[in-house]
Amino acid sequence: MTTTERPETLKTGPATSVEQPQAAEIEREFTVKARSQREQIMRRFLRNKQAMGGLLVFAVVLLVAWAGPLFYGFEFAQVKPADASVGPGTNGHILGTDGLGRDLMANIMRGVQRSTLTIVVAVAISLFLGLLVGLLAGYYGKWIDNVLMRLVDLILTIPLLVLLIVVASNFPDARTAIGIAVIIGLFGWLDLARILRSQILGLREREFIEAAHALGASDRRIMFKHLIPNMLGSIIVWATLTAATVILLEASLTYLGFGVASDTSLGRLVADGVNAAQTRPWLFYFPGLMLLVIALCINVIGDGIRDAFDPSNKRVRA
Amino acid sequence: MFFYTIRRLLSSILVLIVSSLIVFGLCVASFNPLEPFFLRQPQPPPEVFAALREQYRLDDPFFVRYWDWLTGVLTLDFGESNAGTPVGPVLIERLGVTARMVVAAMVLAILLAIVVGVLTAVRQYKPEDYFFTFLTYVLIALPTFWFAALLKEFVAIQFNELVGQRILFTLGEQSPAIEITGSSSEIFWDRAGHLVLPTISLAMLSFAAWSRFQRASMLDVLGSDYMRLARAKGLPWRHALVRHGLRNALIPLTTVVALGVGLIMGGAVITETVFVWHGMGEYLIASINADDLNPVLGWLMIAAFFVIAFNLIADLLYAVLDPRIRLS
Amino acid sequence: MSTMTKPAPEMDKPSSGAILEVENLEVQFPTEDGLVRAVRGVSYALRPGEVLGIVGESGSGKSVTSLAIMGLLPASARVTGSVKFRGRELLKLGDKEFSHIRGKGIAMIFQDPMTSLDPVYKVGYQIVETVRQHDKNVSAKAAKSRAVDLLELVGIPNAKERVTSYPHEFSGGMRQRVVIAIAMANQPDVIIADEPTTALDVTVQAQILEVLDIAMQETGAATVLITHDLGVVAGVADRMLVMYAGRAVEFGAVDEVYYEPRMPYTLGLLGSLPRLDQAEKQKLTPIKGSPPSMVNPPPGCPFGPRCPLHIPRCDEAEPPLTEVSAGHWAACIRNEKLEGHADATEFFEADATDLTDPVVADALPGSDAGGVVTAGDRP
Repeated sequence: MTTTERPETLKTGPATSVEQPQAAEIEREFTVKARSQREQIMRRFLRNKQAMGGLLVFAVVLLVAWAGPLFYGFEFAQVKPADASVGPGTNGHILGTDGLGRDLMANIMRGVQRSTLTIVVAVAISLFLGLLVGLLAGYYGKWIDNVLMRLVDLILTIPLLVLLIVVASNFPDARTAIGIAVIIGLFGWLDLARILRSQILGLREREFIEAAHALGASDRRIMFKHLIPNMLGSIIVWATLTAATVILLEASLTYLGFGVASDTSLGRLVADGVNAAQTRPWLFYFPGLMLLVIALCINVIGDGIRDAFDPSNKRVRA
Repeated sequence: MFFYTIRRLLSSILVLIVSSLIVFGLCVASFNPLEPFFLRQPQPPPEVFAALREQYRLDDPFFVRYWDWLTGVLTLDFGESNAGTPVGPVLIERLGVTARMVVAAMVLAILLAIVVGVLTAVRQYKPEDYFFTFLTYVLIALPTFWFAALLKEFVAIQFNELVGQRILFTLGEQSPAIEITGSSSEIFWDRAGHLVLPTISLAMLSFAAWSRFQRASMLDVLGSDYMRLARAKGLPWRHALVRHGLRNALIPLTTVVALGVGLIMGGAVITETVFVWHGMGEYLIASINADDLNPVLGWLMIAAFFVIAFNLIADLLYAVLDPRIRLS
Repeated sequence: MSTMTKPAPEMDKPSSGAILEVENLEVQFPTEDGLVRAVRGVSYALRPGEVLGIVGESGSGKSVTSLAIMGLLPASARVTGSVKFRGRELLKLGDKEFSHIRGKGIAMIFQDPMTSLDPVYKVGYQIVETVRQHDKNVSAKAAKSRAVDLLELVGIPNAKERVTSYPHEFSGGMRQRVVIAIAMANQPDVIIADEPTTALDVTVQAQILEVLDIAMQETGAATVLITHDLGVVAGVADRMLVMYAGRAVEFGAVDEVYYEPRMPYTLGLLGSLPRLDQAEKQKLTPIKGSPPSMVNPPPGCPFGPRCPLHIPRCDEAEPPLTEVSAGHWAACIRNEKLEGHADATEFFEADATDLTDPVVADALPGSDAGGVVTAGDRP
């Protein structure tokens, strides 16, 4: 910073034209703000050690699950009676085998694959439905809002797990990872709809929505260009936390006998292993720990994202 | 306050009725009492089916069936199962069994959540905070049945060996025939011994979620202006914490707990299965598997009733605790 | 490096009369971005019954100073220096002993009346609470009657009925009166009012200042009035302290500081006030720029970058408070330049837009004033 002797009156910078086209202004101001905000959020997330740790572990797990079978000696469905129920480390079975001689490691890898697919499908379906209902209820308000939210409340009077069981019992053919994902997805949007609806009710009153209206923007444009980007934080946080719930729901459903049957999944492995806790502990612990680790990672990542979007409770209060 | 209560009560009743309609529709669509007969080899002749349809009134219009069922329920007559046994008495009895677990779990979860939530908020960033935060993370990520199985297979045995006596039980809600052979205090302690592990498994998930919520709520309150004023008035720290901090921080918890009732009921089904309790959960699963309409209907209605009742209580409690709601 | 450890200037010798003596108070907060030095050596002595106005913009440290005096800063804050109430050192006190003084010896009024009162307790209870906390022998009945009296004093109509009302049943102005009633309840010797009118409408502000006046008369308390509103200080205070970047930069009797400011910042503040008493219309003279970051303050006068009288020597060391006339102190090495000049337009330029401000510059198309924010898609 130059410290030349300044005269007693403060001079301004080089003269510039002060003309400012208004509409383009608003647009650019938003993109500028949004970008630096996004950068800020990324930075905060990257600095969160737990979240980064979770992300790392999760990435490793996914990598091993999807790439591992290419290198591993055993197939998940391969039945080997000669090697039935052996412990970890025997005959090349890293994690042991089950009662039919199927390798546990191969099954876990396959299970993680199927379970991640389940998560993606279920979250996608729920996201779509939740956005639809939330946007309609929050944006159009009044009686649509009333009806939709009452509907959500009514569905919520039934315990979710039981609801899923009843619905799943109707479709015995859908007992695959994808099928269960669809069923879970069909009911996983209730929270999201509520969250988005109340957020929209708040955003609706803000001036920039009024301004967009005044400029003649269509409802759809407002929803997609203005509302949704502002709710991105809530949506992402919801998605990660729901992902963890989905995987646990699938496991519970399978344990009770209504979940994945014709395929393997992490939930299936855990459910099957429960009975072997005493006799063949590896069948109990490894799948369970794997499920725990994945759900843990997803939760930690979700919390990290939430803190990145809204760090207000982390700073020292001055 | 009075009118608020009346309004909420009427609203709840309405919700319950509409909910019953939805539940009825869902179940009728899902469960066909004739299903088991289709699978028989050889299939029974059409006359049998016709007779069965007559018996189960399957050809009546939907709303007639609904009305019949609803009027029955209002007089606590839940109809009969496919096998002909009255559903009502069975439900009530099993409700008593499950209720023990659910109530105990809720109480445990609430108490622990408050203690841990307040503790971690007051001692933010200290070791206790980190420890409990880690613990709650793990508990939230844990599948309930896996955790229950863990408790069942290992903790129970180790504990019993440690104490030298069989205190913790893992199978059923009471020892067989204890009601016949034991005194009332023996029955009580026997049931208690069976209750411990299932209660812990069921409570842990809710405890973890609620304690994190309570921590956030407490932190909010601790940083508030009125806490500062309370201390500026000369109230010592502890005093201000309890009188002003806790009092405000507990209010949101009522809503959260009410919302969590459904989760606990679902969890109870799982826990009962793991510990082989002869409660509502077992009844439900068995009935679903048997395409038994009335028991499932009965179960769902009772569940809905409790969920709605809890929500009502939570709303009223909220109004009692927060004067701002009361007078609006 | 700014001088941190020099002894306090002899602005106010700790006379026997001073009821509150603050000496070289420093407050630091550890944050993720570094150590924030919110208060860097503030000293003053408050005489019984006088009103001291502390003026400064947001971030100058004025609120933190009073919170430090009351011992209400978060545990992570590092407070050094000395605060003596009636000769007794406060900063060493544990919470229990400090609690005896808070609300009775020194009372505090906060800024936002909407959030200062606990929403779940009745207003009367909140007054009774402080009364009975400091005098265990008072009966509930007597305390309640005292609460009613106090509410009447501060101008709440129907005090007898309103004493059982909840805070949300009052407007902002009324709530602030309740807060003042609470502060008055135990006849404190010192009242610290931290921006008591900032959150209120202008018309209500005047009312609250009146109530504050009543409180001062009733209790005979000395008052520290913290505000960023110079108009408020002019009407109420005896002496004033101007804070900038965590320390006092001007101090003296109100009249003197107003008519003979000797620190360019004070002059700038005065110049940015709209004046009704001037015949001809004049442009306002804002002070360009913003206050410095308190994490790593550069050496030299912190006001330097914004000061119209800035010379290279200003950047060498932070100017100490020097006595420019009896009881009037200013922290500026060029303060004599201001002697006799009380018109801000002589020094500050009346300019609406500061094109060197990166936020403003960036919004303008084609400007090459060097904005900080990267806007990648400019044409």
